Amino acid sequence: MNKFTSKVAAAALTLSLASVSGQAVADSSKPIVIPIHNWSSQVVMSYVIGGIFESMGNNVSYVPADSSGVYESIRLGDVTISHEVWEGAFGNAYYTAMEKGGLIEAGTHSALTIEDMGVPNFVIEQNLCPGLPNWEALKGCGSVFATADSGGKGVFLDGPWHVDAATGKNLFEDRIGALGLDDEYTYKQTGSADALWAAIDAAEAAGEGIIIFNWTPNFTDSDGFYFIEFPPYFYGCRETEGGDGACGSPRGWLKKAANYKFPKTHPMAYKAYTKIDFTTGMIGQMAALVDIDKMSHEEAAAKWLADNADVWEAFTK
Amino acid sequence: MNFINYLSERPKLTQFGIVLIVFFILMSMTGLYHDLIVERHLFAKSIVKGEIQSSVGFAESMSMILNWQLPPQLVRIPELTFYHPVINTSATYVLIALLVTAGLLYKSFAESVNKSQWLRVNWFQIISKGFVGIIVGLLFIPTLYNWFFGEVTRSTFWEIPMMLQDFSQYLIFEFWLTPVYDPEIEDYEDYGRVRLFTRAIGATLLFLINLVRELLIGGFETVVSLANVFSDQSGWDWLNENKDKWYSSVPAIPWTVLTAGAFILGYKLQGVGLSILAGFSCIYLAVFGQWEPAMQTLSFVLVAAPVSVLFGVIWGVLAYKSRTVERVITPFLLVAQTFPHFAYLVPIIVFFGIGDHAGAIATIIFATPPMIRLTLLGLKRVSPEVLDAGRMSGCHNYQLMFKVLIPTARRDILIGVNQVIMQCLAMAVIASFIGAMGLGFNLLLALNQLRVGQALELGVCIVLIAVVLDKLSLAWANKQTDYFADLSFVERNKTALLFVAVFFAALLFAWFGNWVFADTAKGINYFYLIPHNKGITTEPFWQAGVDYMVSNWRADIKIFNEWLLVEVLMPMKASYLAMPAIATFVLTMGVGYIIGGIRSAIIVGSFMLFIALTPWWERALITMYMLTFAVIVSVFIGTIVGAICVQNKRATKFILLVCDTFQTFPSFIYLIPVIMLFGVTDTSVLIAVIVYAVIPPTRYTVEGLRNVPESLLDAADMSGTTKLQRMFKIEFPLAFPHIMLGVNQCVVFALFMVIIGAFIGTEDLGQEIMQQLFSGGNIGSGLMLGLCVAFIGLAVDHLIQTWATKRRKLLGID
Repeated sequence: MNKFTSKVAAAALTLSLASVSGQAVADSSKPIVIPIHNWSSQVVMSYVIGGIFESMGNNVSYVPADSSGVYESIRLGDVTISHEVWEGAFGNAYYTAMEKGGLIEAGTHSALTIEDMGVPNFVIEQNLCPGLPNWEALKGCGSVFATADSGGKGVFLDGPWHVDAATGKNLFEDRIGALGLDDEYTYKQTGSADALWAAIDAAEAAGEGIIIFNWTPNFTDSDGFYFIEFPPYFYGCRETEGGDGACGSPRGWLKKAANYKFPKTHPMAYKAYTKIDFTTGMIGQMAALVDIDKMSHEEAAAKWLADNADVWEAFTK
Repeated sequence: MNFINYLSERPKLTQFGIVLIVFFILMSMTGLYHDLIVERHLFAKSIVKGEIQSSVGFAESMSMILNWQLPPQLVRIPELTFYHPVINTSATYVLIALLVTAGLLYKSFAESVNKSQWLRVNWFQIISKGFVGIIVGLLFIPTLYNWFFGEVTRSTFWEIPMMLQDFSQYLIFEFWLTPVYDPEIEDYEDYGRVRLFTRAIGATLLFLINLVRELLIGGFETVVSLANVFSDQSGWDWLNENKDKWYSSVPAIPWTVLTAGAFILGYKLQGVGLSILAGFSCIYLAVFGQWEPAMQTLSFVLVAAPVSVLFGVIWGVLAYKSRTVERVITPFLLVAQTFPHFAYLVPIIVFFGIGDHAGAIATIIFATPPMIRLTLLGLKRVSPEVLDAGRMSGCHNYQLMFKVLIPTARRDILIGVNQVIMQCLAMAVIASFIGAMGLGFNLLLALNQLRVGQALELGVCIVLIAVVLDKLSLAWANKQTDYFADLSFVERNKTALLFVAVFFAALLFAWFGNWVFADTAKGINYFYLIPHNKGITTEPFWQAGVDYMVSNWRADIKIFNEWLLVEVLMPMKASYLAMPAIATFVLTMGVGYIIGGIRSAIIVGSFMLFIALTPWWERALITMYMLTFAVIVSVFIGTIVGAICVQNKRATKFILLVCDTFQTFPSFIYLIPVIMLFGVTDTSVLIAVIVYAVIPPTRYTVEGLRNVPESLLDAADMSGTTKLQRMFKIEFPLAFPHIMLGVNQCVVFALFMVIIGAFIGTEDLGQEIMQQLFSGGNIGSGLMLGLCVAFIGLAVDHLIQTWATKRRKLLGID
């Protein structure tokens, strides 16, 4: 047990002692540092959670941060919380930071996530590849999803988040091979989420087929998005788990992380934070206020807080 | 026989021919591995799977070579022992040592007049060269032999990233600990002193940034920091208690006041032109609803830029004063030129945390080296007469430096300041990856929502801030004090008085806004502060433009794109990857030898060897392929555009303005439209790279051609040249060295953008650097990857500089 985890244990102990003795411990006046990443639902949720903390009399400050790099910053105490830990994208960074010590889990949202390959609505509507979203339909459709540089093969357009640090292999490279699609399909890695959205937009405008990595809840939900139904996931099926990789992604969790000192410095806020629980619907609402209604992120958060007082006030009790 | 004569008159051409022939022979010898190496990771994969050997012994290698097949270790330099020099004194190597010594001495012996006396006269030479022979024969060659044909052990070189990572972790978390009391959790914690020190630097910078920021747009962090020091409780507790007092926060200055101030400042420093530029830029920022983020960016630049200038001047002066300092910092300056800024973001997060201060530190690291270089250059150019004059007037050292040297070197130092400002704003977007608020972060948000129009407006804000700051600082530095004017108080301080008057007038105006806008539903006082994104916007217009392009042009573009990818780019990439490592070395070192002799060959070879020994050789080849294509196209376009524009004064001015604008315009913005048109392909990356890398060749061509001496042109006209003749026989050859410097800069710019191209999707070094950022970061890998990129740049830089210098000497310029 390293010294960080022992500190965590000590902090938890004092916290429980405090609650046993019934003493209300006041929150520190130091600001709770909330990270802002670069996608709408996360930014709005940052301001929503900040607003909840502020309603409890806490000071809050926001800092732009890279969505994967942030776990190291939480561990070191530069950032207090991260309220959107996606299993697929950030699970590795999250557990690495936890292992090094300094980062604790503060509960899980009800929202279940999917992070997988799929096709936008128009691919299904225009019936570009009959039988989708069942994965078996992909066989024989390769040329529909081909791009200029793929040599006639269909392309799985991926983001930059699925490279195994140890082996350097991409998750979808494994999957294409394991499902026997490698004669017809290949994968391509983009460098950012922006590139994915730009690719969807352009494909729709040009009426071209596209298989792309996406997740839900996300702003693309409003336009409709079909995740491809791969064989269901079970533990042990991925190559990193010792399997061959012939399965889809699991229904993932969306966790909340915090710095290990947070329960000690802001016991009230921490208690509320552990209770905070957003559903897929709520996250969708937050994103839609910005992406559809074109509000600024702060306004969207204020509006959401005003409209959903009954939801979030329960967290603070 | 004519042909032989022709060649013997041109030894360089002959040498180049030989290099090419050897290169192509080696290229044709990859047979067994050819299919494995045309894709990035196949070769390494086959080794891991045990399908092929990573290296074979000497005898087997020789037999393979005789069968027209390179052994695997010469195709890709895989996992070689790096740290273990081998000494071998067996008879073979002694013989080699003797042969080397004999070879070195042969020339001296053959040329000596008196052969019998030779031994006695040249004894020192014989001993030293014998020593060289022993080192080469008994150490170098056995080591090389062992590297390539000996036992394969895992390269120590591959462990370096991990070693660097462990070392930095040790430095921060375990080295020289001290217990620090944390009142929040009522307990002591062990902190490394190094970390405490870096955090203190960060806190200082953060305080300065907040101070400037809150003077501009209001806030309370400064008050909190001051209360921390001056009251007996913690700053935030103090703030909670005094929240309703007027002194608990700094009020924002109304934008109208600052805009009026900008008009006056511009007028005072230069005149009406600058006044209008500065004033209208402020109006643009406010009216488009970007005032707050713009001031956040400005505050961070106003701290980072002076710090960079200060550091730059200090180090420049130190390097001027001491040869040792110069020698030590020169390699750092060289590497800094081409080191990708992404690669040092991870170390900054670890050492300094995230936030505006981290962004400022990244910016300072990025902006200081050009300042140092230009300061040193300027000081070195000061003529000795000026120095003597200073000494004769009885200056002591301090006066000599600050009253004589620096003012004389002002021109170069000012170019340095200009560079610092440009670099600071170029970092505005990158800095937001590690926590800097402002325009850059908003730009990334806008791009993530594909709001290209909004991103464009933000980009214009960044350019405007850069241009205004640049012009203001130039005007300020160029302002001459008039020592002899005899003015009254009012005359001397009329601008200050005017400002005070305008200040109150504008305050009143802003206050007046309370009534004007009282009825509107939102209750925003537009004269005081236009909230973020509440101004006017041209977004729909740009959005419509992008939509139009995508829906109408994409089909035609697709045909072109497919042709380019299939016929040009993919074969080019494949042929780069198909180069066996040994052939790459022959080509680069051969070119190095032709340009700068054995010294250049060794320098270029060492850079390449470093890359070859890391696990990222194939990625480096892909980076080089994109770099080559982008540089060729950029230089082609740049020189032609430059040469055409220089024919006309107005066109020249215009093209230089375009160059300035595009240099600070954040390149991230055009990544999105380019992806929409060209998809996630190499074409997209290359177009983005070319748009940015075409700037230096254009600019340097214009400047090079403009600086051709009038008298030579007149002489040419008098000899009756046509315009074309004059251009190709006189102007271009004379401007050539200058244009080559443009090519050099083009390489640097292109490298930067190729790395940023990883955001579109590449599989080169840039992708690996980004991967490090995403996976939470191994400091060592990031730095090593950065060095790989820097070394590619430095190798090219070395070759071009050497060549340009030789040409200049030949032409008698300089």
